[in-house]
Amino acid sequence: VSRIFILPIGFIDPAILRIVSRKVAARLNYNCKVLQNMEEPSYAFEPQRKQYSSSRILKEILNKERSHPVADGAAKLLGVVDVDLCTPILTFIFGEAQLGGRAALISLSRLRQEYYGLSPNPGLLMERAVKEAVHELGHTFGLTHCSNTKCVMYFSNSIRNVDVKTDRLCNGCCMLLSEKKRSVLE
Amino acid sequence: MRQDVHILIVDDEIIMRDSLSEWLREDGYKVVAVEDGFQALEKVKREKWDVLLVDLKMPRMDGLEVLEKVKEFNEEIPVIIMTAYATVDSAVRAMKKGAYDYIVKPFNPEEIGLAIRKIIAYQDLLKENIYLRQELEKKYEFKDIIGKSHKMQEVFALVKTVAKSNSTVLIESESGTGKELVARAIHSSSLRSEGPFVAVSCAALPESLLESELFGHEKGAFTGAVSAKKGRFELADTGTLFLDEIGEISQKTQVNLLRVLEEKEFRRVGGTELIKTDVRIIAATNKDLKARVEEGKFREDLYYRINVVSIQLPPLRDRKEDIPLLVQHFLTKYCIENKKEFEGLSEEASRILMKYDWPGNVRELENVIERAVVVAKERIILPEDLPPLAQLGGKFKPTSDMPLREVEKEHMLHALESHNWNITKTAKTLGIDRNTLASKIKKYQIKKR
Repeated sequence: VSRIFILPIGFIDPAILRIVSRKVAARLNYNCKVLQNMEEPSYAFEPQRKQYSSSRILKEILNKERSHPVADGAAKLLGVVDVDLCTPILTFIFGEAQLGGRAALISLSRLRQEYYGLSPNPGLLMERAVKEAVHELGHTFGLTHCSNTKCVMYFSNSIRNVDVKTDRLCNGCCMLLSEKKRSVLE
Repeated sequence: MRQDVHILIVDDEIIMRDSLSEWLREDGYKVVAVEDGFQALEKVKREKWDVLLVDLKMPRMDGLEVLEKVKEFNEEIPVIIMTAYATVDSAVRAMKKGAYDYIVKPFNPEEIGLAIRKIIAYQDLLKENIYLRQELEKKYEFKDIIGKSHKMQEVFALVKTVAKSNSTVLIESESGTGKELVARAIHSSSLRSEGPFVAVSCAALPESLLESELFGHEKGAFTGAVSAKKGRFELADTGTLFLDEIGEISQKTQVNLLRVLEEKEFRRVGGTELIKTDVRIIAATNKDLKARVEEGKFREDLYYRINVVSIQLPPLRDRKEDIPLLVQHFLTKYCIENKKEFEGLSEEASRILMKYDWPGNVRELENVIERAVVVAKERIILPEDLPPLAQLGGKFKPTSDMPLREVEKEHMLHALESHNWNITKTAKTLGIDRNTLASKIKKYQIKKR
C-alpha cells in the first residue's frame, strides 16, 4: 500500500506530527507514517538572508531517501522543519514541493502566532500545519493552485490566506486527485 | 489556476530560473525559462506570451535591451523587470522603456503573484473589450457594407426585407456609394444565394455588344461571332443579374429587356430558339431615371417594371458619422495588404476627412486611405499623407450638367458655411446685399447641414 512518510527535520513537537499524520491520511486517503528525525538543517542556512534554503532541504530529503530507501516509488515524503524557509526568488515560503514529484516540505516557523508578535496558540498552529501539509502534498500529486478560497489548494501567500482556507480539497481538486492517483497506479 | 497563461522567464542564473518556474507552475501557469535575451527574442518572435519576466543584469544583453527589443517587435507584451540590484535610475529607465512593473528579488510571494494576476486581469479585459467592439461593429456591418448612421441602418433593414422576396430592385445613388455591394448583399441573403451572381455594367459596352453580352449569340450572328456564346441571362439562371448603370441602355435594348422581364424568356442574338430564364434582376443607376422617363430617354413601362422596390443609397456627405467607421475599416484592410501598422489618423487628418464632401463617395474615401497607407512614413496618418483634393476641405465644384439653380444654391451654402452662417459677411463675400441673400436662402430652402 502506498504511503506518505513524514520526516521531522530537527526537533518537531511529536503532538504536531501525530495530528498532521492523522489528518493528512484522512484528507488524502493515504496511509501515513512518521519517520525518525533527521538532523537540524544547518547545511541549508543562508547567512545573507538569515533563513534556510528550502530547495537545499528538499534535496537532502531526496538524497537520504536514495541512500536509505524506506518507501516504494509511489510513496510521498513530507519534511517538517521549524526554521524560516526561503527560495532564491521569494522572501519566504510556508512550504515547497516537487510538482508531480515525490518530496514536499513545510515550515512551522511562520505558522506560529509568536512570529507575528502574538501569544502562542497551539490549536491554530496545528490547523495551519495540517493545511500546509495537505497543500504541499497536493502539489506532489500534480495539483496546482485552486481559485476556490475554501479549498486547501488555494494559494497562500500570507498567513491570512492560510487561515481563510480549510484543510479540505474542493470537489474539483478531489476529482483531479483521484485521477492523478489512478494514473500513478496504472 | 490558469492553464492558458504562458509566461517566459529570462534569467542567466539557473537557480533563479528553476525556482521561479517551479513556483509559477504550482500556480498553474505554463512556464518556459531561457538564459539570455537572444533566446528570449527568438521565443517572442515565434510564440505568443502573456507575460515576460526579465532579469535586469545579464551578460551580453541586459534586461533593458531585451525589453526594448521585445517592445519593438510587439508593444503589447507586458514585461516585468526583475532585479536583485534595485536602483531608482534603473527602475525609472525600465518604466520609461515600457516595463509593466519593476520588482526586486527576492520577491514577496504576494507581490509577484499579484503583479501577474493584475496583468492577466487587464489582458482579459482587453480581450473582452476587443470582442465587444467586434460585436458592436458587426451591428454596423451588413455583408461588407458599413454604416452606423440611421440612413444606412434603414438601408440594411430594407435589404434584409427585400432579400426574402423575388422582386426586381432598383438601386438609385451616386457613383461610389456601393450599389454593387448592396446588390450582392441582397443576393447572398436571398433564397437564390446558392445560384450565381452576375454583374453587367451597361455603360461599359456599346449597344451591339451589350445585346450579345446580355442575351448571348449564335455562331455567325455577326462578324466575329465564330462560335455560339451564352449571355449573362443564361449565366445568371437561378441566380441574380445585376444591371449597373441601366439608365445608359439604348431604346432597342430597353425593349428586349422589357420583353425578358415580362415573358421570362428570350432569344440569343441571331437565334430563333426561345430560352427560358429564371433570374432576379437588380438594376442600378446614378442618374435620375424618373427624369429620363420624363425626357423620353427611358421607357416608362420598363421603369415601372424594374422599380418594384427602390433602394436609395445616401451619398457619403449625408452620412458623415460613418466616415470614422469606414476609415477604420479601410485602414485595417490596407494595413494588412501593405503589411504596415498604424495607430490611426492625426486629429487634423481626421478633421480634413470629416470636412470634405466626398463627391466620389465611399470609393473616393477608400482610395484616399489606400494612398495614405502607402505614402505615410509615421505610425499615424498626417494631413500631408492625404491627396491635395481632400486637403481642400470639400470646396464646391460645379459640373457642366448641373442646373444653374443648383450651382447657385450650393455656392451660397458653402459661402454661408465658411462664414459660420454670418449673413452680413456672406453677403459681402458674394457681392449681394443681406436682403437678397436672405430671400435666396428662403427660396432655395438652404438649411444648416
